[in-house]
Amino acid sequence: MPPVDIGERLRGLPGGSAVALKLDPREYADHYFAVMNATLRDVGSETNAHTIYVAVTSPASFVWTLAQALDVPADRISFVDAISHIMMNYSNPLPNATYVESPRALEEIMLRVEYLLRKFPHPRSIVVIDSVNSLAIHNPPELLSEFFHILLNNLKSRSVLTLVLETSEEETTGVEQMLNLVVDETIDVARAGR
Amino acid sequence: MEPSSGAPPVLDEVPAEGLMAPATVLERCATGIEGLDNIVGGGIPRGNMVLVAGSVGTGKTTLCLEFLVRGAERGERSLFVSVTESSRKLIQNLSTFEFFRQQLVEQGSLVFVDLPTVYDRLGLGHEELTPEEVDILIRTIRDLVRTLGIRRLVLDSLTSVCYRIRKDEQIRDFMLRLGQELNDAGCTSLLVSEIGPTPGRYSLHGVEEAIVDGVVLLWNTRRMGDILRVLQIVKMRGTAHSRAQYVMELTPIGILMAPHLKGGREGGQ
Repeated sequence: MPPVDIGERLRGLPGGSAVALKLDPREYADHYFAVMNATLRDVGSETNAHTIYVAVTSPASFVWTLAQALDVPADRISFVDAISHIMMNYSNPLPNATYVESPRALEEIMLRVEYLLRKFPHPRSIVVIDSVNSLAIHNPPELLSEFFHILLNNLKSRSVLTLVLETSEEETTGVEQMLNLVVDETIDVARAGR
Repeated sequence: MEPSSGAPPVLDEVPAEGLMAPATVLERCATGIEGLDNIVGGGIPRGNMVLVAGSVGTGKTTLCLEFLVRGAERGERSLFVSVTESSRKLIQNLSTFEFFRQQLVEQGSLVFVDLPTVYDRLGLGHEELTPEEVDILIRTIRDLVRTLGIRRLVLDSLTSVCYRIRKDEQIRDFMLRLGQELNDAGCTSLLVSEIGPTPGRYSLHGVEEAIVDGVVLLWNTRRMGDILRVLQIVKMRGTAHSRAQYVMELTPIGILMAPHLKGGREGGQ
């Protein structure tokens, strides 16, 4: 099958889709940039969507720097940062971020996403969860499955496009199986054209 | 083919409330807290007296304040009877929420009464209230509700009032009479009950929860060291309600609720 542009694939999805984006750890930086470019610029900017980025792998400040490089305006992206607190990296909070003290507080992550969806009501919203692997470090698989099942169904019912980042070789079989159950589609970034 | 009389109803004949719809649906007092309304079938049955029980820092006062503000916004005059905190401080705290408008207080839609001031004016200054003084207290609250046309009332806290009544039978009598007066006025009320962090009872004396129409229990739970605020409806007369646990978040736009994740374990610990 010929490679497909990630942005094109995402734009072609019906509202409320939940997609797993598989990144190869050996080419993580390239893959991550491709995903961000497709999500924030190709889909976010072109469809005038508001993106809620759940930062568990890297702090919101890091992702925000990248988003600025991609010309994403501050009013088009907001963050739920669940990593800065436990990294003791909370001294300069971003104005477009809300901070959860721990990646174990999964319900609080759900509620902050809910809060931002209500705070910034928008005809098209995107939620990016970065990443399932980072969440799996801090949470037992049963809890994580329950979290994804509830969150993704809730977002689906509200026609929110949800993108779950996963690093393919780091995942356990349990995480992969669980994600397969809750997402509508998986895009292997290594195989997709960028 | 026409269904026979004993046949199950076809889908378009199923009432909107579902297959478990009650024979009579009581008028609701929508709290305006979406998550809470969802789990009590659209709102607290109008006129119910509900205990909001929880230990310190569980969100009791905030939940009650939002209930009143949302009511005032809907044109239901609301009264906060405060025993433990001054009105000035409560309003100051309220101003941090986006759903609050100072205008509600200024136009009299949201009324605050400091009970210690009322005690002083009525000459109820001593430590333990006599049955006659309890009677005066009930009549004072009733008159406030009737005169001002109050549709929602919060007493924060019932524990502080009961601390001055002390005897179980007098507390029972106080609760029964207060509940009757408020119900007659069509006033839905939340009574705050301060309890310890250990579960087991929902009030200071244990008689309060038997009298009220509903019990909303709030507590803090720990997950690997992190504290989550949890809400559960223990009892609510006049409606079917969820018995599940929900995590509650106090946000600038109001209280938000999400299911308490268990991860296959009791209590989600």
